[in-house]
Amino acid sequence: MNNENKLKFSNEALALSQRMIKRYPEGKQKSALIPLLHVAQAEFGGWLSSDAMDYVASLLNITPIEVYEVASFYSMFNLKPVGKCVIEVCHTGPCWLLGSDDIVKYIEKKLSIKAGQTTADGMFTLKTVECLASCGTAPMMQIGETYHENLTLEKVDNIIHECRATVVEPVSHWSKKEIK
Amino acid sequence: MGRKLLTENINVPGIQSLDVYRKHGGYDGLKKALGMSPDAIVEEVKKSGLRGRGGAGFPTGMKWSFLAKPDGVPRHLVCNADESEPGTFKDRYMMERIPHLLIEGMAIGSFALGANTSYIYIRGELLYVFHILQKAIDEAYAAGLLGKNIMGSGFDFDLHVHCGAGAYICGEETALIESLEGKRGNPRIKPPFPAIQGLWQRPTVVNNVESVMAVVPIVKMGGDEYAKIGVGKSTGTKLISACGHINKPGVYEIELGIPVEEFIYSDEYCGGIRNGKDLKAVVAGGSSVPILPKDLILKLANGEPRLMTYESLSDGGFITGTMLGSGGFIVMDEDTSVVKNLYTFSRFYHHESCGQCSPCREGTGWMEKVLHKILDGHGTLEDVDLLWDIQSKIEGKTICPLGEAAAWPVASAIRHFRSEFEEYVKNPSSIKKDNHYYRLNNISPEVA
Ligand SMILES: Cc1cc2nc3c(=O)[nH]c(=O)nc-3n(C[C@H](O)[C@H](O)[C@H](O)COP(=O)(O)O)c2cc1C
Ligand code: SF4
Ligand code: FES
Repeated sequence: MNNENKLKFSNEALALSQRMIKRYPEGKQKSALIPLLHVAQAEFGGWLSSDAMDYVASLLNITPIEVYEVASFYSMFNLKPVGKCVIEVCHTGPCWLLGSDDIVKYIEKKLSIKAGQTTADGMFTLKTVECLASCGTAPMMQIGETYHENLTLEKVDNIIHECRATVVEPVSHWSKKEIK
Repeated sequence: MGRKLLTENINVPGIQSLDVYRKHGGYDGLKKALGMSPDAIVEEVKKSGLRGRGGAGFPTGMKWSFLAKPDGVPRHLVCNADESEPGTFKDRYMMERIPHLLIEGMAIGSFALGANTSYIYIRGELLYVFHILQKAIDEAYAAGLLGKNIMGSGFDFDLHVHCGAGAYICGEETALIESLEGKRGNPRIKPPFPAIQGLWQRPTVVNNVESVMAVVPIVKMGGDEYAKIGVGKSTGTKLISACGHINKPGVYEIELGIPVEEFIYSDEYCGGIRNGKDLKAVVAGGSSVPILPKDLILKLANGEPRLMTYESLSDGGFITGTMLGSGGFIVMDEDTSVVKNLYTFSRFYHHESCGQCSPCREGTGWMEKVLHKILDGHGTLEDVDLLWDIQSKIEGKTICPLGEAAAWPVASAIRHFRSEFEEYVKNPSSIKKDNHYYRLNNISPEVA
């Protein structure tokens, strides 16, 4: 690990990590890996750099490769920097039946990016994701931990406006207020 | 009105909290269970006829009785709250609104199985529900319902909630166990089954959220009473999450055995098809089960009404039937492109394949590509045959059932809607890709 820019969790995040590790039996602390990666993503700007992953490895006493292979498997972990607000629009069947394609196209046009890209000002990343167990309130999208359901284009406008007006720090799935 | 065993109190204000939950009989089931012998509880669950609500429908009592109990080896109950099967949103609905019902069920189940530490594995995207569950667990600890010597019974029980990070495959029970061990979600080869070597190689039972919750009313009312609800081997109530082109999407608790037609058209449930349209097709049990056209979902091949039961939905095998599956009920109106809907499913399975088995890893990718080609207007009749050929080469040749789950929607769509595929390849201008745009009432045509 690069010693000069050593990353470190806040005290709150460290305390939370210790509590999480204790949930698993002696010697099985690796089980806390996924929860800790969520915390790391919240602590370190919404994505997992190799330094961040190395740091998590050190907390769990496992090798860095054990962290990389897990982080790269799960779709919620960003291995590259993302915008402050990651807009995740569900595009699976039930949402598609009720217009998710239009939501994606509309946001692409509004933000002048394609799905998978980040706006030049680093504010938004647009992603399409698979079913989020919200099919009864389709179409829907997730930003951070929040589900936005029964979307209309007007609602999308309001949500994007609200993000622009209020978001300063990156919004992660594990909200910072839960790390306390 | 059908009986409600799980959702009876769901709309009571404050039912999320321990106080209100207890005022409505909450934890009475646990109290009763702790006064019974563990084997007697397993017996009640067997008598109830409860079948796994996660999709496979395996009898829960039998699963519990298979759990190995070697001396000195801890065992675990793991709740599968990964809920990622497209069309399914019942577990989320329940955990969010009545978290203590899951905790009570986990405590009863763990006591019956002799598990002193159990886990709820919830999909990562539902982190907000993770926090709701954590709060409820904290409340239960503070009230002595979890922890050492729960309710003064002498039984020590710890319950933890664990989050995933976005992977449908982690709903498969052995992948879930791998993931809970902090690894990639690669399904294990069975045997050994989790009941012998599961979490950390210890005997483990994995049960769906709804199955665990159902144990609470079963203990309260007795297995025999529970089994009186329903038809034949489909006993009790089932949560159905209904979505798509219906007037009233949502989660409904039904008594197993009501006619499908009643479920779709009655105001108590889906309330009929939106905008006065006609029904075209239904995917009755989550994206993995075969799609059926209107005539076959409403009626069996012999003309009798089809019922919402495991047996009736699968009547006719895959030629004319489907499966109850997870209860994710996806309804499509007459304007729907079955091919495009299928494409979204195939893209999903390709995205979610863990990649261990070639037929699944490669086959899902091929199916997605061929469907994309057809929808792009470049398909040929041979492509339809190719799709059929690919799907037929996956079934039975993979480590876990995701391969089959990817193949069945393709097979059934071709079986029942071949003419739509053929029309698309013969006459690309007939391809309906954006048939849904007008549903967003305020959409501007240039966006659509
Ligand atoms: C690809 C795949 C995904 C699955 N996803 C889920 C799921 O999200 N929730 C669930 O309860 N069961 C899921 N299952 C079924 C589980 O493997 C397992 O059968 C179930 O959790 C057992 O619980 P039950 O007997 O209470 O239904 C899935 C199976 C497969 C093959
Ligand atoms: S069938 Fe697919 S998802 Fe299942 S183990 Fe094989 S490759 Fe992985
Ligand atoms: S398909 Fe979008 S939430 Fe299920």
